[in-house]
Amino acid sequence: MSVYRLDYLDQLESEAIHIMREVAGQFERPALLFSGGKDSITLVHLALKAFRPGKFPFPLVHIDTGHNFPEALDFRDALAEGMGEKLIVRQVADTIQKRQLTEPKGKFASRNALQTYTLLDTIEEFGFDACIGGARRDEEKARAKERIFSVRDEFGQWNPKLQRPELWNTYNGRINKGENVRVFPISNWTELDIWNYIKRENIDLPSIYFAHERSVLQYENQLIALSEFIQIEETDVVVTKKVRYRTVGDMTCTAAVESDASTINDIIREITATKTSERGETRIDDKVSEAAMEDRKKNGYF
Amino acid sequence: MDLLRFITAGSVDDGKSTLIGRLLYDSKSIMIDHLEALEKQSKHKEDGEIDLALLTDGLRAEREQGITIDVAYKYFATPKRKFIIADAPGHIQYTRNMVTGASNADLAIILVDARNGVVEQTRRHSIIASLLNIPHIVVAINKMDLVDYSQDVYNNIVIDYAEVAKKLNLKEVKFIPISALNGDNIVEKSEQFPWYDGPSLLELLETVTLEQDIDLTRARFPVQYVIRPQTDALHDYRGYAGKINSGIYKKGDTVAVLPAGIVSTIAAIEVNGKEVEEAFAPQSVVLHLEDDIDISRGDVIVKTDAVPQVSNELEVLLCWMDQKPLVSGNKYVLQINSKQVRAVIKDISYQLDVNSLEKIHQPENIGLNAIVQATIKTASPIVFDAYQELRSNGGAILIDETSHVTVGACMIQ
Repeated sequence: MSVYRLDYLDQLESEAIHIMREVAGQFERPALLFSGGKDSITLVHLALKAFRPGKFPFPLVHIDTGHNFPEALDFRDALAEGMGEKLIVRQVADTIQKRQLTEPKGKFASRNALQTYTLLDTIEEFGFDACIGGARRDEEKARAKERIFSVRDEFGQWNPKLQRPELWNTYNGRINKGENVRVFPISNWTELDIWNYIKRENIDLPSIYFAHERSVLQYENQLIALSEFIQIEETDVVVTKKVRYRTVGDMTCTAAVESDASTINDIIREITATKTSERGETRIDDKVSEAAMEDRKKNGYF
Repeated sequence: MDLLRFITAGSVDDGKSTLIGRLLYDSKSIMIDHLEALEKQSKHKEDGEIDLALLTDGLRAEREQGITIDVAYKYFATPKRKFIIADAPGHIQYTRNMVTGASNADLAIILVDARNGVVEQTRRHSIIASLLNIPHIVVAINKMDLVDYSQDVYNNIVIDYAEVAKKLNLKEVKFIPISALNGDNIVEKSEQFPWYDGPSLLELLETVTLEQDIDLTRARFPVQYVIRPQTDALHDYRGYAGKINSGIYKKGDTVAVLPAGIVSTIAAIEVNGKEVEEAFAPQSVVLHLEDDIDISRGDVIVKTDAVPQVSNELEVLLCWMDQKPLVSGNKYVLQINSKQVRAVIKDISYQLDVNSLEKIHQPENIGLNAIVQATIKTASPIVFDAYQELRSNGGAILIDETSHVTVGACMIQ
């Protein structure tokens, strides 16, 4: 019987493709939220499997904070162009100006929270009724609670205490006008699953995922890339180290890890051995409070 | 490697979250930063011990009230198997969230507090496990440390539960005495139970057989989406995209497109853009048929050697999941796999009493979490199998037409 048994990666892949096709079948104006990170690159790869030789039934949408790693942006543009798929980019800077939002201040002033405004404006601009995202349940404890089809009200808000029942692989995407659904096809993948899949499928990634020399600021046990977006003071310790990125978010809120891993196999070895979680090691934005992610999601964050 | 999805169920304070915390902790699946956060949070509690339950109670309201409101999914792996845990709420008010977690489970761990034995929530969760036809049931008799690891206490609970299992027709039931708090029989076998010769909980989870859980004999393929590139090069390309829910499809197989009943032959099967000779559940594929027929989303392509039922009248066991009561005569949208159709509740014949497990005929006031037998009429015929025989083609949800909320789970009889 083992001939007719799928390996776990194949099971996860099939589940994700099924979810994407449900989006295509149930919604009129879906979008795929693309950040240039490994999870959304994996989503794009899964979309190719779900819809080729046809076109994607959705555009890729990137909410650009203006604080991204240039390597990730170059990768994004090359990927969309290579596939011949539509890419929509909206700038947080434009929203700040248009809506007269206040730029956050401080040493690592992050536009992470402001992204939500641009995202909600973009959803409204294009009338998106579903947004596919690369969030995983193993990342964070509020995400561990979210449905695969997660309904947001007209303000983009998640109501964690009143989620719809979601049974079997039957996804209810019916919504009222103005609402939208956030869809998470790789909910059940872990960080290691993603890396094993990237290896198996030979998926290209931006170079910053691999070990490279970089000038970094040492700050409370985290290594933060020097960039025009963070404030350097005289007392700060700046060093050059061999690092890689375990997650790719904004330059202001993503920390690098010290590493010699120059191949996917090296990375998998390091991640298998690590004792620290992905977000714990690399995200500055989760540490604000115990419920930082839950609060952001309630306000429309993806 | 294999993947096992399991759910933990039990009454409030039976120690579900502690059990999961213990499984993750003892199998070294908790990261240091999560553990540090846990220690910090636990200090706010009085006894100073690490509170492993805080690991899965991810919502602010849950931590404030010390209860689980919604399902939390956790992931871990041993060298033998990968696991997805659905930590389901025990509180009666949140039973529908437990149903959500149970619907995809290969195995259910039902926790029983050794001091209290089989209680109403044990029966309720067992009914749900039985209704949803979860293939494997493990009854973990917890807090054995609080009853001096007594074999008598354990045996009495086993006898009581066997009675429940018999009434509910539960098949694969296994029992384990544990103490989640102390880690007895969780990962390692504990010396506290010299009278117990079965495996530890983790050993059991690693070895339970999963082969028979996917049906490979009755082929069912609900069409999700039609791929038609309409380019010059692929002018005639017309592929039916979907996931094989059960069975095996081979090139050249005779198939019927239901509910229309049109017969055709499989011309090609694509998996990930490559043509293959055969494909099987649960693969996502693209099918091509020899004949040019009208097929759209919601149609089911089946093999003609074992056909499902096609009807617009269904007998179902229905778990009601809305605050508003279920009213006979009301209209809903019924969704089975990718098919949505309008439906009306024609008749409710009985409600299941959760405590006595008896049938109450002509029930009044069917509220949240009620389980009833009902007849549903749909606006057009749907394609289905009996849920107890083929889980992947026998479950349907009911959706409120005005709020769009999922209000019921139907197990078709």
